[in-house]
Amino acid sequence: MSVTEQRPIISKLEKQELYRLLAEGKRVDGRSLFQHRNLSVQLGYIEKAEGSALVELGNTKILAAVKVGVALPFADTPNEGILIVNAELVPLASPVFEPGPPSEESISLARYVDRSIRESKTVDLSSLCIVPGRSVYSLYIDLYILDYDGNLIDASVIASVNALGTTMLPKYSVEGQNIKKLDESFKLELKDYPVSLTYAFLGDKYVVDPCLNEEYASDFTVSITVKSDDRFCAIQKNGGGMLSPKSFLDLLEKSITLGKELRRVAYSQLVKND
Amino acid sequence: MGEKISLFKEDGRRTDGRAPDELRPIKIKVGVLSNAQGSAYIEQGKNKILAAVYGPKEALPKHISLPDRCILRCRYHMAPFSTPERKSPAPSRREIELSMVIRNALEPLVMTSLFPRTVIDIFIEVLQADGGTRCAGLTAAVLALADAGIPLRGLTAACAVGKAEGKVIVDLNDIEDKYGEADMPIAYNPTLDGITLIQMDGIMSKEEIEQALSLAITATQKIHKMQVDALKERFSLSRREV
Repeated sequence: MSVTEQRPIISKLEKQELYRLLAEGKRVDGRSLFQHRNLSVQLGYIEKAEGSALVELGNTKILAAVKVGVALPFADTPNEGILIVNAELVPLASPVFEPGPPSEESISLARYVDRSIRESKTVDLSSLCIVPGRSVYSLYIDLYILDYDGNLIDASVIASVNALGTTMLPKYSVEGQNIKKLDESFKLELKDYPVSLTYAFLGDKYVVDPCLNEEYASDFTVSITVKSDDRFCAIQKNGGGMLSPKSFLDLLEKSITLGKELRRVAYSQLVKND
Repeated sequence: MGEKISLFKEDGRRTDGRAPDELRPIKIKVGVLSNAQGSAYIEQGKNKILAAVYGPKEALPKHISLPDRCILRCRYHMAPFSTPERKSPAPSRREIELSMVIRNALEPLVMTSLFPRTVIDIFIEVLQADGGTRCAGLTAAVLALADAGIPLRGLTAACAVGKAEGKVIVDLNDIEDKYGEADMPIAYNPTLDGITLIQMDGIMSKEEIEQALSLAITATQKIHKMQVDALKERFSLSRREV
């Protein structure tokens, strides 16, 4: 059952200060309303994974790793590889992350990242078939949240796409119905570079890339994923509150502009390597 | 998805004969269960969904309660026989996410500060699924809350919009949901002009989303009217019983 979340209380003073600054078009950490925090991407952080990336967005730190295997395809897609996204809110990252079965937050985070990658066709799953109906590549993306200062969604999409962009797949030789792993490998080709933009709504104002205090003080957040061709592939409102249709349309417009900028920064190393 | 499935017939109508902006037939009944404080049943196309509300009641264990408001608990669940392949009754990741987005859509409607330290349980049980179950379930859940006499800021109706074969369509059925290009469930409150639930998967341009949103607003206004009618019917009935 989904239960009303018990948000850590942020002090009244802090909240008032947030709102006062917003009214002047400013934010607590000195950013403007539509400015992202500093983003750093380190590719290939985990050597034992076929692909990985460590992403820091301000103080939010996320490690994404891709493990590759061979699996039986799903019955309805016999010629397609398998892509599975899982997110772990690691307890060492925050006092609000607790050990135990996956929380609804981690499930919805993983599902949103999955939609952003799957719907944008960042990975061409039909290119991941080895023997139709029998053997296909399986890509497991595991997201490890290592430090939590808000906006897990945007950082997770960036980490996942960067990890996929560094992924090397082992080659297999096919002999009849059997397959044999070879020593060679090849690079996973990315077909798109999606970025997610998350906005926190505080009263009648909204900001992009909220830090944790802004998230706690917000009424709700809206995440929007934009593809390289400026079309959208995933949207989700999280939290209560009401979004006016007009604000929603403004967000779409804004996301196209902000998405271009963020994409350039987020995937500069991948594009350079190509 | 090997074989090509056509989502439009030659006359431009959809597989079930509807126009692109046409809703499926909807039947709503309020007050259908005897034990729940409030309940509602909805049929939308082949969807058959029950919603029930228990509460406000004391929130136990005590640590889950909040001192200044009631908390909401929501469970969206699909019956094992609701889909072509049997669905395991254990909650899937999808059901956990939908329970959350439905609760998020209900939070701004319920006047929670009137019932501090209590809990309201909302159960949505999908008996038969045919695309758009979260929306139909939410439409019914709002009525179950109203039926339970819980003060609400308004009614919210929900409907999915999306895109199939390049055309923007409203109220996607199961096939359109599976083989179409995009699905965007929306819950909208026409009196407060607010979206309480929005999700999307699939690919749409800004212009297509704008068009889809305006279709969703028209569609939810129609469903909202049906919600009001269903409530009126419920209460005129109880008056006669007295």
